[in-house]
Amino acid sequence: MTQKTYIQSYITIQNNEIVLNGDSIFKIEPTDFADFSKQAYRHFEIQYPKFFKMDALSKLAFLGSELLLSPLVSADQENNIALVLANKSSSLDTDVKYQESISDKDNYFPSPAVFVYTLPNICLGEISIRHQLKSENTFFIFDAFNTEFLSNYSNILLNTNKADVVLCGWVEFFNDSYKAFLCTISKEENTKYKNENINTLYNK
Amino acid sequence: MEALKQELKNKIITTLNLEDITIEDIADNDPLFGDGLGLDSIDALELIVILDKDYGIKLVDPKEGKTIFQSIESMAAYISANRTK
Amino acid sequence: MIREVYITETNCITPLGFDVPSNISAIVHGDSGIQRHEDASLMPVPFYASIISNEKINAAFEKISSTKYSRLEKLMILALEPIIKNSKVALNSKTAFILSTTKGNVTALKVDSEENFNNAHLDVLAQNVADFFQFKTQPIVVSNACVSGILAVSVAKRMIQSELYDNIFIVAGDEVSEFVLSGFNAFQAMSDSPCKPYSKNRTGVSLGEATAAVLVSAEGEKAKIKVIGDSSINDANHISGPSRTGEGLFRSIQNALQEAQINASQIDYISAHGTATPFNDEMEAIALNRLDLQKAPINSLKGFYGHTLGASGLLETVIAIESVNQNMLFESKGFDEIGVSETINVIHKNEEAKIKYFLKTASGFGGCNTAVVFEKVKHELH
Repeated sequence: MTQKTYIQSYITIQNNEIVLNGDSIFKIEPTDFADFSKQAYRHFEIQYPKFFKMDALSKLAFLGSELLLSPLVSADQENNIALVLANKSSSLDTDVKYQESISDKDNYFPSPAVFVYTLPNICLGEISIRHQLKSENTFFIFDAFNTEFLSNYSNILLNTNKADVVLCGWVEFFNDSYKAFLCTISKEENTKYKNENINTLYNK
Repeated sequence: MEALKQELKNKIITTLNLEDITIEDIADNDPLFGDGLGLDSIDALELIVILDKDYGIKLVDPKEGKTIFQSIESMAAYISANRTK
Repeated sequence: MIREVYITETNCITPLGFDVPSNISAIVHGDSGIQRHEDASLMPVPFYASIISNEKINAAFEKISSTKYSRLEKLMILALEPIIKNSKVALNSKTAFILSTTKGNVTALKVDSEENFNNAHLDVLAQNVADFFQFKTQPIVVSNACVSGILAVSVAKRMIQSELYDNIFIVAGDEVSEFVLSGFNAFQAMSDSPCKPYSKNRTGVSLGEATAAVLVSAEGEKAKIKVIGDSSINDANHISGPSRTGEGLFRSIQNALQEAQINASQIDYISAHGTATPFNDEMEAIALNRLDLQKAPINSLKGFYGHTLGASGLLETVIAIESVNQNMLFESKGFDEIGVSETINVIHKNEEAKIKYFLKTASGFGGCNTAVVFEKVKHELH
């Protein structure tokens, strides 16, 4: 039967700032995303050189999930944490870059390392690899953050036992404008966000 | 040859986004894949693009890459023997 | 009691035909949509792909609308139009619309303008198609690489089971574009002849384009097939290469069988992914052997349609449903000599067979995999 589910933790990344469960944990002077993400990577002492090979969308999703999942995931056991992310611009930021690399016929050298990121779900793959999550993965596209759908779909995964925890949220990146809002949801009772739903946390 | 090797190290670091690795960290005979620099299959494909774009070499059989991209040494030797630009 | 979920309507638009019967008749005759193309606007060198002719698209579309739509939008509307009409399902708040695609209208990026840029957004594509039919619910876009088409079935099943909706129309589609051709070519993944899934001499993918549409419903009266188990597990291994052990696919199939409450030995047919790249086909053979599914008859339809990316999983499901209901296993076109290290039972030629349960699988970039188990529906005679 349908069991109630609870938000366990949430994180927001926007405007050169990272906010975890309502607390600002990293904030720097305005800069571009490449610089911001690198500084955040250094600040949290993440050891993962593959980070620098990722496109911006993957870096954004990676940073958010890193801070939410690291306390949750343990290397010596299976972690059935599903990933359900969505955005508006899909992988368009990288698509535009890739399109530029094939538009000049005299300088036509399509890059495989760019092409591979022209799919929005690659960021799910990056998170799965990082945390060794052999779990349910889906990437959705909507014109705006769709709370109702994301929480309904997460609840389905939890209530059908397809996942123990769902990492769900919004990761939008285009042309250096970005916003990530991710949260972990599970059946474990958590009174902290009892009266709040994803939407109020997203708009905080 | 020495200049070409330096050039290749530079290109590999920038094109493949090897943050925290400097030219000095890469020895001429270090394996580029596996335990060496830790490059992967997508990097191998990027190296094929570098050969084409910067040295005018089109690999007919991508499997050739395995021997060519063993190390900076083998890459430089192959490029100087086959380059068209 | 969890609701049962059915597919009650199907359609597809491909180079082999603009409806299901014409596609089946082409497959039975062994026709393939894959041809050699010389078109510098798509690729600097000649290539093999399965492409739908513009004349055919426009001729068919003129009959239903004179409004301006992109090529892919026309193909999607053409796939959906007859099934929406035929189903007589009310497009109300209990009817959802899922669109699955990898690249949508990416060709709009070729000419730089604000309008084109806007059209390249997948939510805009979905809204354009939804508005044509006047869906009342917000379109849901699934964009999950090459599993998108079959993953959409799985998403639809889950939403119907949870009683959020009673009916869900799915359309899946992708085009052959300069964008994807150049990318697969940069990956050294393109075959220099029509693709040969699972064969010894396979040299890679042939790309293709198609749209497919289905109605997933809680109402089983007109059911063509029942959806009884599904799972989509990531390999957590590499973003562009499949796991060498087939871990994600193995787990996806295992979970799907478990939910369906059947054993591997009960699977009568597998409609697999079979892109004809060396690594993909090998990975599938390994995963299937780990599950003891090596004896089940298997085909890849890529030899008929090429790899139609976000459309492939749904298109191949539509064809597999016909296999079941016509008691016929279709050949795995392009197959000659087995070229994977573990045994699998590739279908050499069309043959009659009773199929009760079949499995559809797909795998894609990002390490994603999807498996869905279907069961034949017995209709009571009144």
